[in-house]
Amino acid sequence: MIVDLAIKLGVCALVLGGVLNFAGMQTWLERKQSALMQDRIGANRAYFTMPWWLGGWLLNPVLRKLGGLGILNALADLLKLLTKEDIVPEQGDRFLHTLAPLLSVFFALMAFCAIPIGPTVHLWGRDIPLQVANVNAGLLFVLALASIGVYGVILAGMVSGNNLSTLGGLRASSQMISYEIALGVSLIGAIIWYGTLDLQVMIEKQGALLGGWLPAWGVVVQPVGCLVFMTAALAHTKRVPFDLPEAEPEIIGYFTEYSGMKFGLFFLTDFVEVVLAAAMVTTIFFGGWQVPYLTPDGFVFPWGGTMAVTHLAYVGLGLVSFTVKVLCFIWFFMLIRWTLPRFRYDQLMHLGWKVLFPLSLANIIVTGFLVVALS
Amino acid sequence: MSSLSDQLLHRIRDAHKRRNLTWWERTYLPAVMQGLLLTSNHFWRNLFLHMAHRVGLFRNHPAAVTIQYPDQTRKTGIRLRTRHRLTKRDDGTPRCVGCMMCETICPARCIYIVAGEHPDPNVEKYPKSFDIDLGKCVYCGYCVEACPEDAIRMDTQRHDIAAYSRDGMWLDIKELLNPGTRVFNEPPEKFVQLEITDFPKLTPTAPPPPPGTSVTPPQAQR
Repeated sequence: MIVDLAIKLGVCALVLGGVLNFAGMQTWLERKQSALMQDRIGANRAYFTMPWWLGGWLLNPVLRKLGGLGILNALADLLKLLTKEDIVPEQGDRFLHTLAPLLSVFFALMAFCAIPIGPTVHLWGRDIPLQVANVNAGLLFVLALASIGVYGVILAGMVSGNNLSTLGGLRASSQMISYEIALGVSLIGAIIWYGTLDLQVMIEKQGALLGGWLPAWGVVVQPVGCLVFMTAALAHTKRVPFDLPEAEPEIIGYFTEYSGMKFGLFFLTDFVEVVLAAAMVTTIFFGGWQVPYLTPDGFVFPWGGTMAVTHLAYVGLGLVSFTVKVLCFIWFFMLIRWTLPRFRYDQLMHLGWKVLFPLSLANIIVTGFLVVALS
Repeated sequence: MSSLSDQLLHRIRDAHKRRNLTWWERTYLPAVMQGLLLTSNHFWRNLFLHMAHRVGLFRNHPAAVTIQYPDQTRKTGIRLRTRHRLTKRDDGTPRCVGCMMCETICPARCIYIVAGEHPDPNVEKYPKSFDIDLGKCVYCGYCVEACPEDAIRMDTQRHDIAAYSRDGMWLDIKELLNPGTRVFNEPPEKFVQLEITDFPKLTPTAPPPPPGTSVTPPQAQR
């Protein structure tokens, strides 16, 4: 009992730590990647030194190097956010004003419960699923929590007592109803194909090979669904090109009246949602923790070679594979964020209702025909 | 028969009419792909160059266009009017003969000269004090044009003039003779008067390197 609990807590710590670190890393990635894309140098000045008796003689050169790479800017950011004054506007509601960012970040983090980060581990006679909650309708769980997350944003806009914040919140809600349908409907094709809502089972089915050589990843069997889902997931993250609720040049956004760590939580939510989008795309369309040609017994290559792999190495390769895929998608979303300009308001509605929604409906019909024809 | 200019005119007239996009273009996917390709090209090229610079390769291919200002300076044009200096004779005394031409022509009236008698009867006068208030100076360069002795020039390549007070913008004769020697944190010595025998002692122990005369490659700084 105690051991089970400890194992569960360990998995929780792994997932939560991974997600928060990826989210924090994105502040660095945002600065440095955008700098590289625009032929700039980027953040390279923030660093601190330790006194020599606190290990400074050893750490200071390392700290200077890290500062030169701009990594310590994340610490400086955190320090700034934590020490800033927390201001609640007079027309605002103190309780709801505090609740809004907490709701946002809570639901964004909760959604990771159902995402499997690796295969089930068989160790010391136990089966340890590398998944916080083994929900058999995991896909619905993630989608539900992801859409509840927008309540925090709407609430923030509502209780700030600021017209610009209200506009931001309203924009968030109407943006949500334009992408949310496409987000859900684009996945129905995948659900029909895999015949399950359980994310772990979905990933295991993606380990099969099509025609003996092509991994049956979701992107291969559901290319349109993948494209629509990625677009809608990008809209869900509320970042450029879909950052209408923030829209810094037009309205400052739903967090106009937020300062200090409450603003920091909204900031964190954005990054956590990017990780969530990356993890969802990886799980449903890019094979999750699957490594191509890797079965529980070892590599079985289509050209006939085999290579035995121990169970722990199999689990490790799965974890690494999932992490690398998620990182690639974070990079890709960041690339989109720094390349495309913001959609206009009506363009987003147009895209959501007139392009993505019919496209995902057509995808369902075609997938249905294919599934019936192939069975 | 239409001439070339007619054709150009028609093109300009029709320029405001937008071409109808094809179906494939209207999905915006090709344009999005093009954009992502362009930015990711820059990303990977610069990432490679930054890493290569770490191990000392591709030094002459900069990975960024940034000039990290206080550490690196941009090479300035040789004719750029920058902060003033007074030229010297071989013995270290100023070339200035205290004719007051620059003080007279200065439209901002920021030059203050006190002339003294020079021991050499061929020279007649020398500046006991020569002060410029940079807070008033408009960098017109008339003083340089007016000078009959080529005694004042605006070629120090120093343009990073910042001070906490108006007094901090004051240049006395010592600074003008040896640009870059004044400690700008301290209040200036206004109208400091020097005897002709004081000038040879003014030579700085370690003359500061003139900025802007060379530019270090931008990738050297990390």
